[in-house]
Amino acid sequence: MAKAFQKIYTQLEAITKATVSLHAQNVTNEELATVDGRLAQVIKIDGDLVSLQVFAGTEGIPTNAEVVFMGEPPTLKVGDGLAGRFFNAYGKPIDGGVEPEGEKRETGGPSVNPFRRKQPSQIIPTGIAGIDLNNTLVSGQKIPFFADPDQPYNNVMSLVALRAQVDKIILGGMGLSNDDFLFFKKSFENAGALDKIICFVNTTDNPPVERLLIPDMALAAAEYFAVDKNEKVLVLLTDMTLYADALSIVSNRMDQIPSKDSMPGSLYSDLAKIYEKAVQLPDGGSITIIAVTTLSGGDITHAIPDNTGYITEGQLYLRRDSDTGKVVIDPFRSLSRLKQLVIGKQTREDHPQVMNAAIRLYADASNAKTKMENGFDLTDYDERALNFAKDYSESILSIDININTVEMLDRTWALFGKYFSQTEAAIKQDLMDKYWKG
Amino acid sequence: MKTTGKVTRIIANLVSVKVDGAVAQNEVCYIKLGDIRLMADVIKVDGEKVQVQVYESTRGLSVGCEVEFQGHMLEATLGPGLLSSNYDGLQNNLASMTGVFLKRGEYTAPLDFDKEWDFTPIAKEGDEVVAADWLGEVTEGWLKHKIMVPFKFQGKYKIKTIAGEGLYKVNDRIAVVTDENGNDHEITMVQRWSVKQAITAYREKPRPFRIMETGVRIIDTFNPIAEGGTGFIPGPFGCGKTVLQHALAKQADADIIINAACGERANEVVEIFTEFPELDDPRTGRKLMERTIIICNTSNMPVSAREASVYTAMTIAEYYRAMGFKVLLLADSTSRWAQALREMSNRLEELPGADAFPMDLSAIISNFYARAGLVFLNNGQTGSVTFIGTVSPAGGNLKEPVTESTKKAARCFYALAQSRADSKRYPAVDPVDSYSKYLEYPEICDYLNKTISADWTSNVSEGKNIVLRGREAFEQINILGDDSVPVEYHDRFWKSELIDYVILQQDAFDAIDASAPLKRQQFMFEKALDICRTKFEFDNFNECVDFYKHIINNMKQMNYSVFHGADFKKYETQLNELLKTRIAE
Repeated sequence: MAKAFQKIYTQLEAITKATVSLHAQNVTNEELATVDGRLAQVIKIDGDLVSLQVFAGTEGIPTNAEVVFMGEPPTLKVGDGLAGRFFNAYGKPIDGGVEPEGEKRETGGPSVNPFRRKQPSQIIPTGIAGIDLNNTLVSGQKIPFFADPDQPYNNVMSLVALRAQVDKIILGGMGLSNDDFLFFKKSFENAGALDKIICFVNTTDNPPVERLLIPDMALAAAEYFAVDKNEKVLVLLTDMTLYADALSIVSNRMDQIPSKDSMPGSLYSDLAKIYEKAVQLPDGGSITIIAVTTLSGGDITHAIPDNTGYITEGQLYLRRDSDTGKVVIDPFRSLSRLKQLVIGKQTREDHPQVMNAAIRLYADASNAKTKMENGFDLTDYDERALNFAKDYSESILSIDININTVEMLDRTWALFGKYFSQTEAAIKQDLMDKYWKG
Repeated sequence: MKTTGKVTRIIANLVSVKVDGAVAQNEVCYIKLGDIRLMADVIKVDGEKVQVQVYESTRGLSVGCEVEFQGHMLEATLGPGLLSSNYDGLQNNLASMTGVFLKRGEYTAPLDFDKEWDFTPIAKEGDEVVAADWLGEVTEGWLKHKIMVPFKFQGKYKIKTIAGEGLYKVNDRIAVVTDENGNDHEITMVQRWSVKQAITAYREKPRPFRIMETGVRIIDTFNPIAEGGTGFIPGPFGCGKTVLQHALAKQADADIIINAACGERANEVVEIFTEFPELDDPRTGRKLMERTIIICNTSNMPVSAREASVYTAMTIAEYYRAMGFKVLLLADSTSRWAQALREMSNRLEELPGADAFPMDLSAIISNFYARAGLVFLNNGQTGSVTFIGTVSPAGGNLKEPVTESTKKAARCFYALAQSRADSKRYPAVDPVDSYSKYLEYPEICDYLNKTISADWTSNVSEGKNIVLRGREAFEQINILGDDSVPVEYHDRFWKSELIDYVILQQDAFDAIDASAPLKRQQFMFEKALDICRTKFEFDNFNECVDFYKHIINNMKQMNYSVFHGADFKKYETQLNELLKTRIAE
């Protein structure tokens, strides 16, 4: 819908696969426009020559296409009406309903003043020991799953989201297969949680560059509920690798010199702008981000997982335990950087030491296994460690178990007592005196 | 008349401006956008076309916006009131900004210009002074903040008048000095200095000759850092870089700690904001925040201000050094700063060096590290800036350009190893790859042997050797199997594990173990060495493994107990009993 002050241009100077350029006056940086009806954004202004990134791609755009500048950067209408709704990358409903009313806000807005942030201090329990016990999730945290494409990361993520005690769950789906999208939709419906869900979805059917809008949309909605409504918001972003791929497509079209792994040199800052929206606000609201970064062949040195790892507060790996056949959160490589803020404080005092001892003993089992595979004799200790590991994996770690942290700790003490001596457990003596189950 | 210009081109935060007069490289300018002004600085001049990097988002900017140049480079404002402050990379006071979100174009004063300070003169009328000479002092928190002849002053001056004892604001005149040509200059309590230039108003910068105690055993005992020295901590993510930096910020024996959070996580800075006002400095009993200054440009804050943040931090460090203080500057992480340089170089379409970093990366890093150092001031007293930076190597690969460039510049190398982090051996500093060049300085060795014990440095090399030999034994055992190697191999391996568990590993989250004073480090290290030098008898390797596990457990309990307290003594007695059972004839 053209308004009175809008200028319309009909002469394109250049067209690439993702961008168009034209001569235009009084254009502002990052403002939106439509090119032949498709949404585009200003990415470069040189004198009166303006370059626009066309989100849906430029296939079929003629040199006399109509270009209308809208005079404002991307916005989202925020309001309570967002709850329970499904949107595309432009924030338009895809569930057949009408566009919800609300206040128009710029997406990709400014950062929270670090001095006004509060230290994250609330545990978000999930009932999964691999998270609650070993890699505790804290509100205001940002943490991704590093997963191979064949691993059930979307299932685990929806499980975590539905068990987590939060007010709103916002799904940002980037390059989601339609099947996975329907899976999310169905599991949210089945859990009767639709009223607290908001989805922004770009599926594999949609143009890849559109994905670039998804995180900003999802986080603008999240900021509304967290800042204006003081709610606890959980944002799910899947799959951030496909988001980064879209970034590299655009930077390539802009003739930028690529850095490591053909990624743009600004990848770190681009990803940080998204993940750093995770925040514990002074008035009680919070944004917690759980993302998925798919790996290729488990390679975490690739630029995408590598930069992500430096930004996020830990990472979670999935693993199929070959002894039990169950999916577990890998206790060795996974890490929650914020767990220190809550474990032993919001949970029982013995939590930190029990967690560390269990992982150390689990590592001994893994060494024993290597020894066994290499054909060496096992010692009595090795045998006990192996049995402990199997029990630990089956009765505590497996993600289909749903218990609280006290139960997790009690079960772990029971296993210590069953398989080891106090010297082998090597925990602070006063804790062993109090909790040891001989 | 200030030079002005108009915007002609915009690509992200690189903006071209057509100017009507003279501009200088790195000169600061403001771009008008409606009723706000965006700060920028000149990075390239080509005729009347000037390229500037904008320190803020350029959203909404258009061609034709007006630009006003300021006639100076990016400067730090130096005066009483810096201590305990929280600044962004451009020295805006974060605490005095309104609202939850950062507002674009909001710049706040670094100092409180209305606050009154109690000034006491040190110099008197008629004294001859040069730049950085102390004129007087005010009480800033717990320290005596020296008011100095501004660093910009060149040549000799005679004090014409100096203020008497009393209350003054930072902008009040406290002295008038006369230069050699007879011209008078007024001096206030505040001065400005371009952050990219080193402050060199001191008499001499000697080689460092004493160490800075950090309370971290793997640093102090194995690879000590000199006061006025430089070090860096490279490591893949998840290896405990930040925990180690925070440990240094909490425990290091420095008068002032400056934390430059450069392009890292906001929640890590929040940890300092939240905890430091509460935590006690064990040496002085004061709150940690009272000796801390935070310069914070987190990863989501404007990229170009990242570079400014480390320079601002270094300038403030040099300012306090000139007052005779022992300053520790921590920067986390210098890789983010290098990445900011890369983004800019890329937009300028410069020919890239390795991994698309700018060609002069190595020179920039060396220059920066060279600003650290212990100095003799004009009055013969010492002051120092010790600098420790972290590096976040891409993919954990230590052969990447930032790590390699830093390795050339820094004298201590604390390599964090993924394998140690995976097995939860924290701090994950690799005991074999890491080094401190200061152990090769004769003056440092003399200092250590004089202040700790006569055979300290030879003990340290012996300890390192035990770790190295243990690693070799471990490989042999792994290849040949537990039973196929002589028990001595197990003995050798477990002696190195003893050093590892008791000395090198340290629990940063335990109230007692987190910080070990040198006296305590000496006691435990000598105890561990004694055990390593003792010959024990075992019938088989199982006995050996079991014996050392008991010893390690016992000594770890000692680490967790109050030094020479009842529990400590109890575990020590148990340990001695345990040792007797196996000592060879």
